Amino acid sequence: MAPVPPADPAPRPAPPPSPPWWRDRRIVPWVVQAVVGLLVLLLIAFLLGNLVRNLTAAGLLLSWRWLQQPAGFDISESVIPFNAQLPYWRALAAGLVNTIRAVLVGLVGATLLGTLVGMASFSHNGLLRRLARVYVEVVRNIPLLLQLVFWYFVVFLSFPNGVAAIQLPGVVLAKSGLYIAGFGEGLRWMGPTLVNGVWQAPVRLSVEFGALLTGLIVYSGAFIAEVVRGGIAAVPKGQWEAASSLGLSWFATLRRIVLPQSLRVIVPGLNTQYISLAKNSSLAVAVGYTDLYSVAETTLNQTGRAVEVILVLLAAYLTLDLLISALMNGLNHLVQIRER
Amino acid sequence: MQVLLRRLRSELFATPADGALSVALITLLSLGAFGFLRWALTQAQWAVVKVNSTLFAVGRYPIEQQWRLWLLTALLVAASGATWGLLRAHPRPDRTGVLWPSNDRLALALLALIALAVPFALGLSLAIQSRWWGLLLLLALCRWLAGRYGANLSPTGRRLAALVWPLLYLGGMVLISGGLGLVGVPPSEWGGLLLTLLASSFAILLCFPIGVLLALGRRSELPLLRWGSVLYIEFIRGAPLITLLFLGQNILGFLLPGGLAPERVWRAAWVLTFFAAAYLAEAVRSGLAAVPRGQLEAARSLGLSYPKALQHVVLPQALRVALPAMVGQFISLLQDTTLLSLIGLLELLGTARTVMANPAFLGRNGEVYLTLAVLFWGCCAALGLGSRALERRLDPHAVPSAT
Repeated sequence: MAPVPPADPAPRPAPPPSPPWWRDRRIVPWVVQAVVGLLVLLLIAFLLGNLVRNLTAAGLLLSWRWLQQPAGFDISESVIPFNAQLPYWRALAAGLVNTIRAVLVGLVGATLLGTLVGMASFSHNGLLRRLARVYVEVVRNIPLLLQLVFWYFVVFLSFPNGVAAIQLPGVVLAKSGLYIAGFGEGLRWMGPTLVNGVWQAPVRLSVEFGALLTGLIVYSGAFIAEVVRGGIAAVPKGQWEAASSLGLSWFATLRRIVLPQSLRVIVPGLNTQYISLAKNSSLAVAVGYTDLYSVAETTLNQTGRAVEVILVLLAAYLTLDLLISALMNGLNHLVQIRER
Repeated sequence: MQVLLRRLRSELFATPADGALSVALITLLSLGAFGFLRWALTQAQWAVVKVNSTLFAVGRYPIEQQWRLWLLTALLVAASGATWGLLRAHPRPDRTGVLWPSNDRLALALLALIALAVPFALGLSLAIQSRWWGLLLLLALCRWLAGRYGANLSPTGRRLAALVWPLLYLGGMVLISGGLGLVGVPPSEWGGLLLTLLASSFAILLCFPIGVLLALGRRSELPLLRWGSVLYIEFIRGAPLITLLFLGQNILGFLLPGGLAPERVWRAAWVLTFFAAAYLAEAVRSGLAAVPRGQLEAARSLGLSYPKALQHVVLPQALRVALPAMVGQFISLLQDTTLLSLIGLLELLGTARTVMANPAFLGRNGEVYLTLAVLFWGCCAALGLGSRALERRLDPHAVPSAT
């Protein structure tokens, strides 16, 4: 049976008067956006107009032909072969490869150090716990650039040369470089040897690279330690107790039970730290390591091509960041706990 | 004593392995400490810091104009003391305040130690040393006066008193750079700690409103604003600061009509500001995300306009949540000012580099860098402590102290 319609519907209330257009929620947002957009466009047009006018006046209008000209400066250490006769783009490529080398080794080192320190802050040993705290608090409150110049000028440049060099098992630290044991000719294991007062070894790193790496690893290590500490702290206490009641040792508990679970908290935090490490590697210029930024600065001083050089720099670092982000997002996907 | 021994045993020597580790660590630490002390007391030549202390403090600021900086320092010290006292005289309504908590006494004692010991250790003349003592007395006096009589101040009076700070900042700018009848001192003559503090405080103050606007833009429902903010934030965060400073020094001149580009120091300060704003926006965004949606909706349904709802309801809650992250950004901004040395500006690290280029101080890197490290560490740690105190004061869930 159909419902009986109300016999006498109440008179409908009169529709509220429509608001004036400047208070209409369908219109105002678009007006706001149009005004902001117009202002931004005007600003950009103003800046670009000036740029073109000033560049034309200076005879530096955007052009990429200078990339083919010989660079005329040498790069003291380069993974890909380079000399002063090669064009600018090869110099920039060599700088980029040097940056990537520093970032890759730095990432591995900082992750190891950070994980160890992060684990140490959960140690039973009170001294070790406090040391981990002190390390993080000291390093995070001192500028990275200051730390880098400290490592370079105070530590690495004070290593003696020749016989007096600091000799550790498999590694020799000298002012002329860091000599590390490795597979030499004919895949024979070779340690550093002194030949006519000059050290030789299968692997030689410059002190500049060594100082940059040490600085980056020690600095990022402190931040990563905090990320790891936060991740471990996020694992419920019951997991520790359950593991130790099963008879697992402290280290086994961490390695088998706690760390795997903390990864899902740690990995997103690591992403941020890795990207800052990649960007911080540009401070290499302060210790004389020829990374991308350092090469770009020399290139600018020689060619005066400020706009092009900046574009190359920004594009390179943005790509590097995006690459790290993409890899870490993939990793993040792997470590998330899948529930059913 | 027994408690101490038992505690030591459980902390350091719980198991044989732990004990071995502790012994090894203690040995290493004492060796390191011994080596450091031997270097600091016998080999290090601290003259490089003593002789150049003025250079490290203010750079090449003209000597005959330095009274202006002393005056500014005195004003800042007086205002800090008064603010400190007023804060103690007006505790939060839900707590009983103590006029002189033990932390304050400790802080004052520490400051006294610094004001007495550092000028003495630097070997400053007695006239200058006595100025530091005077500043210390001024701080204690203002703190005492404001604590004693500040409780009588009405809320309006307190609001007026807070106005002292912006006025002081503007007045400080005039004192430093000249104008209004004072001889002009161009930015190229500012240096050392003065330039570091000036650049970082300028960037901290200005990046705050820009960062908040960007964060609001990023969470806005208007697509153009949202995408514009995202583009800006991600662009800035994708580039290393040094490339942006490089851009500011080399390209800003091309982007503005001839002669309009600011001086090198100001260019760098503006780049720092816009750089910090992008990072601050992310911190504020996390704070905004922590405020439940209902807060805005409730405020709007009460008839508050969108800006009013943000100002009175959403932002106060969001900024309180974002406070630790924001102070973290400010601390890294303070540290980032060292990058100005790479573009040839003589802030603390730049000054250090020029000092060590002087043949008389060749090879005295360790002494100088160590001094700078202590200075930076102190500033950053102080900021962190201040942030934690502010957090406690603003925390709505803090347990009210028993009456």
